[in-house]
Amino acid sequence: MIAELGQFALILAFVVALFQSVAIFAGLRTGDAVVHGFARTGAMAQFVLVLAAFACLTVLFAQSDFSALVVAENSHTDKPFLYKLTGVWGNHEGSMLLWSLILTGYTAALAWSAKPVEARLISLTFAVQSLITAAFTAFLLFTSNPFARLWPGPENGQDLNPLLQDPGLASHPPMLYAGYVGFSITFAFAVAALIEGRVDARWARIVRPWALAAWTFLTIGIALGASWAYYELGCGGWWAWDPVENASLLPWLAGTAFIHSLRVMEKRDTLKAWTILLALMTFALSMVGTFLVRSGLLTSVHAFAVDPERGVFILGILIALIGGSLLIYGLRANLLKPTGLFSEISRESTLLVNNLVLAAACALVFFGTFYPLFVTTVSDETVTVGAPFYNNTFNPMIGALLILVPVSGMLAWKRGKLMPVLKDLAPAGIAALAGAIAAFWIADRGLVAGALGTALAIWVGLGVLTDLAKRFKLGQIAFSASLARAARLPLGIWGMAVAHFGVAIVVFAITGVSAWKQEASAFLMPGEHLDIRELAITLDDVRQYEGSNYIAEQGRFTVRRGQQVVADMTAERRLYPVRGMSTTESAIHARATGDVYVTIGQPSPEHGWPVHVYLYPFAVWLWIGSAVLGLGGLLSLLDRGRRALAAKPKVKPVIAEPAE
Amino acid sequence: MNRVFLFLPLAVFVVMGVYFALGLREDPSSIPSRMIDRPLPAFDLAAIAEGEPGFSNADLDGQVALVNVFGTWCPPCEIEHPMLMQISRSGRVPIYGVDWRDEPGAGAAWLARNGNPYQRVGDDPDGDLAFELGITGAPETFLIDRQGQVRFHHVGIIDETVWRDTLLPMIEALETE
Repeated sequence: MIAELGQFALILAFVVALFQSVAIFAGLRTGDAVVHGFARTGAMAQFVLVLAAFACLTVLFAQSDFSALVVAENSHTDKPFLYKLTGVWGNHEGSMLLWSLILTGYTAALAWSAKPVEARLISLTFAVQSLITAAFTAFLLFTSNPFARLWPGPENGQDLNPLLQDPGLASHPPMLYAGYVGFSITFAFAVAALIEGRVDARWARIVRPWALAAWTFLTIGIALGASWAYYELGCGGWWAWDPVENASLLPWLAGTAFIHSLRVMEKRDTLKAWTILLALMTFALSMVGTFLVRSGLLTSVHAFAVDPERGVFILGILIALIGGSLLIYGLRANLLKPTGLFSEISRESTLLVNNLVLAAACALVFFGTFYPLFVTTVSDETVTVGAPFYNNTFNPMIGALLILVPVSGMLAWKRGKLMPVLKDLAPAGIAALAGAIAAFWIADRGLVAGALGTALAIWVGLGVLTDLAKRFKLGQIAFSASLARAARLPLGIWGMAVAHFGVAIVVFAITGVSAWKQEASAFLMPGEHLDIRELAITLDDVRQYEGSNYIAEQGRFTVRRGQQVVADMTAERRLYPVRGMSTTESAIHARATGDVYVTIGQPSPEHGWPVHVYLYPFAVWLWIGSAVLGLGGLLSLLDRGRRALAAKPKVKPVIAEPAE
Repeated sequence: MNRVFLFLPLAVFVVMGVYFALGLREDPSSIPSRMIDRPLPAFDLAAIAEGEPGFSNADLDGQVALVNVFGTWCPPCEIEHPMLMQISRSGRVPIYGVDWRDEPGAGAAWLARNGNPYQRVGDDPDGDLAFELGITGAPETFLIDRQGQVRFHHVGIIDETVWRDTLLPMIEALETE
């Protein structure tokens, strides 16, 4: 009964979305005023219907109703209740339903928050958004029905992949999807602007919060995914450049370029066609990320089902949406005329360089991800593109970009002077150089990479602080006056500073975990120890116990530096009998200066337990830095841009809308 | 702006769309390996039959070798098998086997029937080692250098071409290192 209700709600959602899209397009053509009102009601209706379908699926999972096919395939009565619920999106059908839920959630949020301005633009945006919803609900209904029945239902389900039973993973897809799908709104706005043939600073101001919200979600989602890989996969690999990870990085790079060029458009009314193209590309890459990777085109046999019928359907949707939007772009983008001019040395030009580098980096990752596919398509050979490729191409590119970050923030709009900025940044430059030399001196491995990474992190971090100090006039005026200036600083500037400081932290952490990591492994009997650097890791004992749906072997370790005990750690290996799969629960001793990471493997009777120890310097700063990065996005998001409006009398009509 | 230029993104997309459409019909077997230039994880696998030796890191000490992950349940492994037999008979490089997720006894019976190209075979019934190696399907093969580092990871069947054009030149290079 519940499954049928969910199915019915989903069908209705599809019908409403399709009808709404057609009605708006038709209504706008005939100039019918009713469509504007209907656009909002329809958006709300879609959301409520998909929410109802999602709630039904959740109930099916909560009740372990194995007569529903997805529940039977992906759940089990022995599973902890929380993971039964997260199991809703731990499979293809459910994750697609979640995708649609977030999509309609954004549409509803737009309906709820949109001010009665630019009614045509907003209505067109709803039309495009509903078209996307119609396409994906159709995909669900026709190829991936989450409410398919299995009759008679089996006694018990087939469990969820134990690797997916982890709080980090359970929260990571919703976050990631909120990021991916958030860019659908900016995509819809871009298509609407193209249809209108007009885009300006006001468009940028309306779109900005949506772009920043999506970007912030995506940033946090990627960080959660990386931390899941770090803690759960058992080798501390937080980033392996595998297709699934690249799929989330691609829209992030394009989206980062987008929010920067959006700023240029908002302030200076230029780079219009480029900004619109970035808006289209970001969502296109989001869809490529979710679907091409999931369709079995690139992923391994362990991922979601490989099904050609689904693949063809998805390909059809992608061709219609991406190809269609790019066709409109080709036809209409020439109408978007820039008005603001800028010289070679200006903030605009540095942001343009930022955009070009990010776009190139994005193209590079795209190439690296899909090149093996191209080669297998045209010949019988199989090639692989691994981490060395990205380290030699992507990293230098991003490194060069980071040099520009502090300079860009301090240059004036339109026409800037380079020398004063460089003079202000000289202390940061000297500190970066000193840091590089110190890192080179102290480290015994990864010398060049470590020195460069340290220098970049210090340069960006101190550059940001210098920029802020300059804005506060710190030291030039009374301290209280500086504080007052700080309090008046727009949130957008705070957001930029915080986000860039987060970048500095992440860069330093990446340098630590990749350039200076160390590993060692050996077979240990209880009482034996393994040395790594100045640490001795002793296997004290191993015991077995039974968990709720697994059997575990738990090794207890003591970490000593000389005679002094640094930490007690317990690492586990769990066997999940229902799936016949085992997972490692690594023991991690985290400190600000780095993690000690221990895993235990399958024992051999003669040699004992294989123990693998890794040292990851500054690993914890990866997560702290990512959080700071996300906080920066959030701060910028909260900036309503009122000051920018007041400062520009040119766009007078806009001042009339107080809350925008 | 030149109007033709604005259609460039569409043109790029169309070209890629064609590739994807073709690619959908291909076997999605190629993904980058994360094992390259890293030591093999420590392992000590039991034998696949009574009285035979197992397979551990120690067996690989100081030699260039191939480690082949296979399973009797895997049809491509049967296709690959004669090539492994041929390499084994040539004595060019020792091959070690990891029997992945097989029923007890199935691996030994299969090798007795088809011939055994392996110096030693280890049993990996739960896929622990395969998981650590990042195996996505069978057969997959690792080329190990004298220091026990993985130098190459081949996903899929080793055939005459792969052996002659890829593996053999790499083995020759590694032996002179």
